[in-house]
Amino acid sequence: MKVLSSEPENIFIDGIGAVSPAGWGVLPLREALAKGEPLPAKELARPGWARPLRVRSVPPPSPRPDFMTHPRLRRTSPITQYAVAAALEALGDDAARVRNGSLRLGIVLCVMTGCVNYSRRFYDETLKDPATASPLVFPETVFNAPASHLAALLGATALNYTLLGDPGTFLQGLALAADWLLSRRVDGCLVAGAEEIDWLTADAYRLFARKIILSDGAGAIYLRRQSHTAPSVRLHCISEPHLFSSKKQRAHAAQRMRAELPAGNPGHLLCDGIQNLPNIDAQEQEAWQDWPGARLSPRAILGEGLAAVSAWQCVAAIDALRQRQHPAASVSVVGCNEQAIGAHFVIS
Amino acid sequence: MLFPRKQPPVPPPRVVVTGAGIVTPLGVGWKANADGFRAGRVAIRPVTLFDVSRQRVKASGEVELPPALPDTHLPARQVRRLDRAAKLMLLAAHEAWQQSGWKPSTDLPLVLGTTSGGMSLGQDYYRQAIHTPDSHRRQPTRVLHYQAQRQAIDLSDALGFGGPIILIANACASGANAIGHAWELIRNGRAQRAMTGGYDALSQLVFAGFDSLQALSPTRCRPFDTRRDGLAIGEGAAVLTLETLEHSQRRGAIILGEIVGYGTATDAHHLTQPHPQGDAAFATMTAACQSAGVSPRQIGYLNAHGTGTPLNDSAEAAAINRWAGEHAAKIPVSSTKSGIGHLLGAAGAVEVVICLMALGEQWLPPTSTLETPDPLCAFPLVQKPAKAQLEYALTNSFGFGGANASLVLRRWE
Repeated sequence: MKVLSSEPENIFIDGIGAVSPAGWGVLPLREALAKGEPLPAKELARPGWARPLRVRSVPPPSPRPDFMTHPRLRRTSPITQYAVAAALEALGDDAARVRNGSLRLGIVLCVMTGCVNYSRRFYDETLKDPATASPLVFPETVFNAPASHLAALLGATALNYTLLGDPGTFLQGLALAADWLLSRRVDGCLVAGAEEIDWLTADAYRLFARKIILSDGAGAIYLRRQSHTAPSVRLHCISEPHLFSSKKQRAHAAQRMRAELPAGNPGHLLCDGIQNLPNIDAQEQEAWQDWPGARLSPRAILGEGLAAVSAWQCVAAIDALRQRQHPAASVSVVGCNEQAIGAHFVIS
Repeated sequence: MLFPRKQPPVPPPRVVVTGAGIVTPLGVGWKANADGFRAGRVAIRPVTLFDVSRQRVKASGEVELPPALPDTHLPARQVRRLDRAAKLMLLAAHEAWQQSGWKPSTDLPLVLGTTSGGMSLGQDYYRQAIHTPDSHRRQPTRVLHYQAQRQAIDLSDALGFGGPIILIANACASGANAIGHAWELIRNGRAQRAMTGGYDALSQLVFAGFDSLQALSPTRCRPFDTRRDGLAIGEGAAVLTLETLEHSQRRGAIILGEIVGYGTATDAHHLTQPHPQGDAAFATMTAACQSAGVSPRQIGYLNAHGTGTPLNDSAEAAAINRWAGEHAAKIPVSSTKSGIGHLLGAAGAVEVVICLMALGEQWLPPTSTLETPDPLCAFPLVQKPAKAQLEYALTNSFGFGGANASLVLRRWE
């Protein structure tokens, strides 16, 4: 493979990975998005209620990935398994270079609800009797546990941040990774967005919008200063994160984000965050009403995956460029309670 | 645009601290804390916030919150919704803001570290969801304000500024990583100013978690003592206003100190235990000094992570010995966690403020509870409050998941 040498400020996408309700890998994600139909929702029991909640969860892996036998990963909750699987897929052969110390890997993990399975479980045990609450469960409740397990699996000792925030945080993570790469502090940087479903989260979301269907999984993007893929996909820009704390401000933030990204043309792709819930989609729809190109809405098909869904949006956009379906793609993330932020990728 | 970035300035600008707010179990505000640390007071006391009758350990570093929060732009209704963690953060941020003399603007980055955000609200939500599943009373508010990004937005609204929010959750290194990241934003020319710090409040889940690991001391938290048997957990917040030296001088600001170096690395050894030789700690101290352009011999005081657990302190001691080499015997080290406990996501930020106090007022805060120094320590442990002549101080923060960070600060004359 020809290696494209990078311009001083160029950042390329060298790998993508995904675990989603469509399955383990980018391929099932691509197929589900191509089909364009919302994936079926499953029922999730909610203690104290006869009526279950509806979610779109990741199907069990088949076969079970080898990494799950690693001593650090045997006890982990799904969020770590999703993040690691997506990360390894994105890293590809470079995982071996990280392990043998010839590549300094930065890791940025983005989460909104994080390790909620074990947090709920540990607190439940605490309420029943704190004297018997499990010391094996507690460490897995920490937000940075998945990023730590990933680092341990790869032997990665360089920069490693876990960022908290609404779905827009994943794009902040991409910008952070680009900074680390351009300042030569790492040779490659993995940015992952991951979440796991729990009845507690699904229950909480139901309070705000009954029709939201939560989903879980992870998406990962591997960034380098050089491209080793063909076609090579380059990060063109990431807008400022525009904060909001009300519906009115959310509309304004979406407009400002839109204004910072390229106008687009009929051949371009927009990977938006629409989920076919008019109340929630309105501000983003309004901001992009003049978009001239094709549109893809992963959230409408896969569900509200929080930090994972913005990662899937980016993965889907990059995958479409790699498949030469479009020469350029924009990603729009109008988050649930913090920020509107967008990115634009191009074939280089 | 976040990307592409502007070309970083060469040389990078110097970054100074023009405001610092602090809330710890020793009290609210710079003076109460400076007096407490300087005197080596210990503020660990019985837990009152939740039931600990079935816990192995029953003491912690609780903050006594003032009866009212300072006046801000937040309406009373919003103030009532703030949880304990958000109040701690607001108190610290308000002090820093007042001290800095900053005016509201729309382009001020806010970089915060936390391990658990509004966990107490999450706990309230869970208990109600289990015990009265059909009652939704107050539940939406709890869901919203549990989230760290909501707490950060509330802080921005309270002080009247806007700008990007970055929340770093690197366990107990979160506060140090947040300050280090804010420092880098300014050095890289991404911002002229940034508000940054760390916060965490005590919660039953986290207390029970550390107790379940038997990481809490059933006797007395004694960092670097031969008989150390665990940490004390605490709560608090510290917030700094950082700006370029040029910006601060242009507006005639009072400078409290300078941040000159930052290093961070990952310890892949174990989820909750450091590498026995403190490899990542060694790496962060080395990197922080390199970025500061100083050598260990120039460090006049080291504020250790020093939790008081057998494993942390031995690994950190090994790392300090290795990093300082022959100069170890001349670097005074203390762990201020002996007085206030381990403040988790706030710890790194609080310890930066303690270093600013020590540098500014030229004294060394002691490890108040130390009785018999561990012979592993090749460095002098500060046991009693002492005067000193300090130019540089280094502070360490290490966390679960192998998150390690060190910062180097310089005195401002």
